[in-house]
Amino acid sequence: MTGIRKVFPGVVALDGVDFRLFPGEIHALMGENGAGKSTLIKVLTGVYEIDGGDIKLAGEPVRISGPLQAQQVGVSTVYQEVNLCTNLSVAENIFIGREPRRFGRIQWGVMRRRAAELLGRLDLNLDVSAPLSTYSLAIQQMVAIARAVDVSARVLILDEPTSSLDSSEVEQLFAVMRRLKADGVAILFVSHFLDQIYEVSDRLTVLRNGQLIGEYRTAELPQVQLVEKMIGKELAALEDLEDKAQRTREKAAEAKPVIEARGLGRTGAIAPYDLTIHEGEVVGLAGLLGSGRTELARLLFGADKADEGELRVAGKPVNLRSPQLAMKRGIAFSSENRRTEGIIGDLSVRENIILALQASRGWTRPIPRKRQDEIVEKYIKALQIRPADPERPVRNLSGGNQQKVLLARWLITEPKLLIIDEPTRGIDVGAKAEIQKLVAELSDGGMAVLFVSAELEEVLRLSHKIEVLRDRRLVEELENTSDVDADRIMRTIASGATS
Amino acid sequence: MTAILKNRLFWPAAILVVLLVVNMFTSNQFVTVRDGHLFGTFIDILRGSAPLVLVALGMTLVIATGGIDLSVGSVMAISGAVACLLISDLGNQNSVGSVLLIIGIAILVSLVLGLWNGALVAVIGIQPIIATLILMVAGRGIAQLITDGQIINVQSGPYATIASGFFLALPVAFLIAAAAVALITLLTRRTALGLLLESVGGSPTASRLAGIGARRITIMVYVVSGGFAGLAGLIYSANIKSADSISAGNLIELDAILAVVIGGTALIGGRFSIAGTVLGAILIQTLGVTVVAVGVPAKATLLFKAIVVVALCLSQSPTFRQKVFGRFKPRPAVRAEVPA
Repeated sequence: MTGIRKVFPGVVALDGVDFRLFPGEIHALMGENGAGKSTLIKVLTGVYEIDGGDIKLAGEPVRISGPLQAQQVGVSTVYQEVNLCTNLSVAENIFIGREPRRFGRIQWGVMRRRAAELLGRLDLNLDVSAPLSTYSLAIQQMVAIARAVDVSARVLILDEPTSSLDSSEVEQLFAVMRRLKADGVAILFVSHFLDQIYEVSDRLTVLRNGQLIGEYRTAELPQVQLVEKMIGKELAALEDLEDKAQRTREKAAEAKPVIEARGLGRTGAIAPYDLTIHEGEVVGLAGLLGSGRTELARLLFGADKADEGELRVAGKPVNLRSPQLAMKRGIAFSSENRRTEGIIGDLSVRENIILALQASRGWTRPIPRKRQDEIVEKYIKALQIRPADPERPVRNLSGGNQQKVLLARWLITEPKLLIIDEPTRGIDVGAKAEIQKLVAELSDGGMAVLFVSAELEEVLRLSHKIEVLRDRRLVEELENTSDVDADRIMRTIASGATS
Repeated sequence: MTAILKNRLFWPAAILVVLLVVNMFTSNQFVTVRDGHLFGTFIDILRGSAPLVLVALGMTLVIATGGIDLSVGSVMAISGAVACLLISDLGNQNSVGSVLLIIGIAILVSLVLGLWNGALVAVIGIQPIIATLILMVAGRGIAQLITDGQIINVQSGPYATIASGFFLALPVAFLIAAAAVALITLLTRRTALGLLLESVGGSPTASRLAGIGARRITIMVYVVSGGFAGLAGLIYSANIKSADSISAGNLIELDAILAVVIGGTALIGGRFSIAGTVLGAILIQTLGVTVVAVGVPAKATLLFKAIVVVALCLSQSPTFRQKVFGRFKPRPAVRAEVPA
């Protein structure tokens, strides 16, 4: 691709970007949210038409006019969120729209056999007639890849495939990617996890603000330099946080507990656990995907009902049967599923931000429009939500900005306890640092925070206290002192030892 | 100019104007003054559209939450049946107080029927289309039981007034509908109800986690829908001065859904438009009147109506508009999306 240009109303999304992708390589596309990564991919897959430049495939100029045509010339994409029908079987998902037929009748046997073969090539042994929903997200992702590869196998684009996978699943995915690479497939890989980029990619291209910064061999570019190229400024924000790493707790002695759980549990979701969170304290939840992190957090917000144990908020016993009751007690919860349990896509940024506050006031007491505008303007500025247009449907914002909108939604309710589940998943380095900084500031201001993240480093950096989960059980509570590090936590996760 | 053309309601509004102009030429009296009241085809349209406007109004709120209410026609029949049965038992059918009381009872019954729908949907968790189908089917049976299978005729002046009376030179039925529109507009746009409705329709799960009492709101919209359907049933039965359990509100649920969709509210829920719904309802009513006025044979009316509706839906389809109008203009920005 040379000199690619794409203009949106008011924005130049891509400005003369060159991009090369060779067969048999894994090429990482790097850049912050809004740098133009998604736009470039959408141009490549025919979702957008280009306003300038040429695309050549194997030396031949091509015009990619739509996703279907992109597939025909050999470009397939697997998106961040799996675009498959989870209620259909694995085999049906792989062959949907191009089922093997004879005399107009679908040959189910052939279809299942070919699906199994295909997955076998990726070292996956699945029951191809089982509904896709019976498999984990990681497996679903690989089924999507299998489908993409089978449809057309020259160029495979993986847009944030790892953002909802845990580390062992990521390894599995990388194995599949390396196998495809060996088969001569050109793979374009987008991920926000730098470690993953360094582990799997051969070369990388960095974009910033719609412009090409450069193309590098991954092995020859140190991580720090990569980050600098991506965000284009000093790593002040990040380094600032590093200073705060392993934060000490001076105030712990006099701080009052905000919430205390005793033997709180829910059958099939999380074994009974004890947990106390004090004012101004950040408690991190660490554990693998499916270890019960989210389930634990949801009980504290009444998103799911606990079926045993007791809960005290500010010293008083409470029964949180619904989120509404939890909110009355000053608890806020931002779900890990930003799209389905967080934002309301159709509504504007303003409406999304005031939603929780309005809900707690009830519909009869609307927040005056002037006050709404003030609040929203303040938070758009404070959290640097981009674009800074309160009336834009929130659906059109990037993931990082949607996350900020959700944080704003809860911050304006002035909670005593903020539960945030995976707030930094799938968002870029800059936004991630901003959100981490915000959490630190809030806790300094006296707010209790329960911070759930799959990224150990992040948990280590922010938390005063770390709760380690394994197999839907809280197995260890660690004070985040200087001798606690990722290895220490990994060992607990691996062994399941209780202290 | 392009901004007006791009407005989703432009084509429905344009078609409405065309239909009204056609009526202006075909009818001898479009709007005239007689005995201090306004009369004529236009006034008939306003009066005749009142039941549909009311039903469509309730339907808009239900659809905004992602639901649907198929039982509105049956609720109309029941409410008319209850009112006529009670009025026919009155010693003096012209007693204003008694008639008002009976109207109150009939509306109360309708609200309870709406509550039933809402409970099935929000408490028991039945899909709206099935939950309201129950009352749609059973409701007509109930109405026939109330009237004992007969058509109950009433001779009540005060009752007839709500359909054919005039107040301040305008038809009472129109005023009732206008008041309902004003009430719902105030209720949804001056309070936070509209926002919460759109939120629940946009994503029930996210709404619950944002602390919105989605269940209560869902029940409420079905209750409102029931109440408005009841009111529409009263206007319908007062107009024919009898309770006709078979044809009262027959197929009105489909017209109401159509009005909502023409008005730009998507069936999947979320954003809704009261003004759009009102426009849609009046358009459907005008279409019915026009078909008769221009002398389309009775056999062909339904077909004619269908053609207009198809044309209307096409005019609102972004894909179709892009194809037809796209070639005359520089390529418009279809996606004003911010690249992530």
